[in-house]
Amino acid sequence: MTRIVDRRLNGKNKSAVNRQRFIRRFKAQIKKAVADSISERSITDIDSGEKINIPARDISEPVFRHGPGGEREYVHPGNTDFVAGDKIKRPPAGGGGSGGRASNQGEGEDDFVFNLSREEFLEFFFEDLALPDLVKTQLATNAEFRKVRAGYSRDGVPTNINVVRSLRGALARRIALRGPHLARLREAEEELDALLRAGGDDEASRLRAAALEEEIRELRRRIKAIPFIDTFDLRYNHRIDQPRPTAQAVMFCLMDVSGSMDEERKDIAKRFFILLYLFLTRNYERIDVVYIRHHTTAKEVDEDEFFHSRETGGTVVSSALELMHDIILDRYPTSDWNIYAAQASDGDNWNDDSPKCRELLINRIMPLLQYYAYVEITPDEHQRLWHEYLIVREHCRNFAMQRIDGLEDIYPVFRELFRKKAS
Amino acid sequence: MSRKPLSDSSEWSFELIERYDREIARVAADYGLDTYPNQIEIISSEQMMDAYSSVGMPVGYHHWSFGKHFLNVEQRYKRGHMGLAYEIVINSNPCIAYLMEENTMMMQALVLAHAAYGHNSFFKNNYLFRTWTNADAIIDYLIFAKNYVADCEQRYGETEVELILDSCHALMNYGVDRYKRPPRLSAREEKARQKEREAYLQSQVNDLWRTIPFKKKRKDEKNEQRFPAEPQENLLYFIEKNAPLLEPWQREIVRIVRKMAQYFYPQRQTQVMNEGWATFWHYTILNRLYDEGLLSDGFMIEFLQTHTNVIHQPPFDSPHYTGINPYALGFAMMRDIRRICENPTDEDRRWFPEIAGSNWLETLDFAMRNFKDESFIAQYLSPRLIRELRLFSVLDDDRKRKLEVTAIHDEAGYRYIRQALADQYNLGSNEPDIQIHEVNIRGDRSLTLRHSQYNRRPLHKSADEVLKHMARLWGFTVRLESVDENGRVLRTYECEV
Repeated sequence: MTRIVDRRLNGKNKSAVNRQRFIRRFKAQIKKAVADSISERSITDIDSGEKINIPARDISEPVFRHGPGGEREYVHPGNTDFVAGDKIKRPPAGGGGSGGRASNQGEGEDDFVFNLSREEFLEFFFEDLALPDLVKTQLATNAEFRKVRAGYSRDGVPTNINVVRSLRGALARRIALRGPHLARLREAEEELDALLRAGGDDEASRLRAAALEEEIRELRRRIKAIPFIDTFDLRYNHRIDQPRPTAQAVMFCLMDVSGSMDEERKDIAKRFFILLYLFLTRNYERIDVVYIRHHTTAKEVDEDEFFHSRETGGTVVSSALELMHDIILDRYPTSDWNIYAAQASDGDNWNDDSPKCRELLINRIMPLLQYYAYVEITPDEHQRLWHEYLIVREHCRNFAMQRIDGLEDIYPVFRELFRKKAS
Repeated sequence: MSRKPLSDSSEWSFELIERYDREIARVAADYGLDTYPNQIEIISSEQMMDAYSSVGMPVGYHHWSFGKHFLNVEQRYKRGHMGLAYEIVINSNPCIAYLMEENTMMMQALVLAHAAYGHNSFFKNNYLFRTWTNADAIIDYLIFAKNYVADCEQRYGETEVELILDSCHALMNYGVDRYKRPPRLSAREEKARQKEREAYLQSQVNDLWRTIPFKKKRKDEKNEQRFPAEPQENLLYFIEKNAPLLEPWQREIVRIVRKMAQYFYPQRQTQVMNEGWATFWHYTILNRLYDEGLLSDGFMIEFLQTHTNVIHQPPFDSPHYTGINPYALGFAMMRDIRRICENPTDEDRRWFPEIAGSNWLETLDFAMRNFKDESFIAQYLSPRLIRELRLFSVLDDDRKRKLEVTAIHDEAGYRYIRQALADQYNLGSNEPDIQIHEVNIRGDRSLTLRHSQYNRRPLHKSADEVLKHMARLWGFTVRLESVDENGRVLRTYECEV
């Protein structure tokens, strides 16, 4: 009468479609939550899921029900000292309900909380950045694999049959299976030969010869029946996925923290750094991030200080470049490290310093770097730094620069970087 | 009779499950439990969450609200705020029960006894389920529904379908016939007739409106014909048959949601009984197996601990109190009925002359077959149990400053409490009573709903939102009048399209 079915192997993501529909429906709210969380996240922490809060009333499913008011009577268990006719003070609405209203009026106005998966999170993150689809998938996929040979396996698809191995196996099998028969055959033949040579003509030897001939025929038939090749012999080339060999990289984040860089600009800068970081995580196993902030002097700081402290004063970009150069020489020899740099600034610089920056970059820094990306976050006229950097761009192919008004302008800075990867 | 225990480790295996099932089936048959054949499905916890979020339906159409439910369950489960239900059982033939692979052998046996024999026999025999659900056809119907909805999404777009489903879900509780019994249809017939129905439905609707141009005929009739002639309680049915603007496929979707609502309606009315019955039987069956020496002491201790958790009822002043636990109440009442049959006191003889001292198996079987929560409590809640649970009733009247304790567990209060508790499980008074009142067929085609207030309880403010859904389905203005006991209109909600 009872049937037991093992369903564990069935698809477990039956709800995946429903989940997608839910996310699509509340896209606006989720997007806002994602944007909020990006500003709170560390750059290196961007590559994971996220907990999302949505106000409960936005997603409520309304039904007709009773509201507060009117008469209602509830039966409760566990009376200790009430008697009929007792009057009780009304408990404060929604206050844990000791006594009075039971929970079926519970009006949960708490936020609806759930987890966005890493893929879903990145999708929302990418949305503003106007990334091409190819780049999106490239960033969103996990570590890449390469097919490598790994010996032979007993099963596979016909195209992968390894002929030499299979035939070698077949030969061995044939020898092994034939062995006992062959030995016996040889014996029988020798005996028959001896018998014939002896030329005994009596009844016994004739019978014996006939029996031997019969046996020899049988043995030959058996040996012949052993198949030339059997499915048992087949061997297939075996290939496994091996993670692509990766190296290490260091990423320098340079940012101007003089007074004119406000929170909004810093947020844009942050997304700029995040995008470079994401790109690097796809290509390198280990990534160091070095944060350098500067006004008139440069200083290496941790991430928190990098984004959240503000200072005032003039701006000398070359100080940061020099510090970066020193750090490279000191800690990141180019033989071991791939070096990337991203600089965000509002374009302000002390005028006499800009040519020095150009020189520093062209002569000393750029030869060490894989890529240098510069964004200028300003609505104003370009200043001298921009024009000097234009010269750098002419000299160095791995130098990219872009003026940024909104988030969608970030990606073009990296276009070259991603194109190289994509081809 | 002492035998070797069936198992002594907490690991389960398919073979062990089969052996336990054989023994449990034997004992259940011995007690006369009448069940559908069982289909036990082993699933992982993630699949359990899937099953959970589709309200236990093994196949279901896609809708964002199930996704929301899933995310919620997943979140709470991952943070450890809730354990997953140990079992989900589906009222179908064969009766499908899910076992989670994470469970210990003891839990699997408990769930087998609870779901595959307890709930199963309840589904098969309780009059509400017999009348309102068709266990043979439900799986087929669910598959039909899923495919039909998917098909509509292909043809008319996901958004369109979602709009209809949203609206139907909002009115789902009003998609049930409370008194009229639906005709039984096999699922195959269902599908074959669906196409036919499409055409017919549409022509019927048009009939209703076709009366409008025939003014001459109308003029003869002095008193205007009222439509509908009588108030209708099944809002979705009314929409399906009469909404002027719906496309045939939209009507079919309304019908699908209505069918689901009808299928779940008995479960909503028999929570206490159903859980009480299943809990009573897992307790009775496993104890019997223990007496026969088939269960080890360790198994029994683990079992009793779980069982005690399931039937725990915190008192009203505990911070964990969230209302009456249906498992606790149901189990206590089933046990109490058995006690009244086996060891009646004088009080029991006075209160229950017809069952005191009778055969407990027959009495319980009769109770299970012929009652729902409301009537079950009104019939069988004994004074002794009221005392044991120390029940008391509190009246909350918003015209008075204080709450009043109306009755407690004493001689004067037994009947009062029994009635009050029964009322508490009356769906009719828990849900606002809203019916189709009138359609203005000669004018603006507006639809008027009527809410008859119960104990002066007003509608929750969500009514405005629901009305929007109603208007979307109806296609013209929808009004909702809240009426007091004397028929006076207290408040009117309106939603124009």
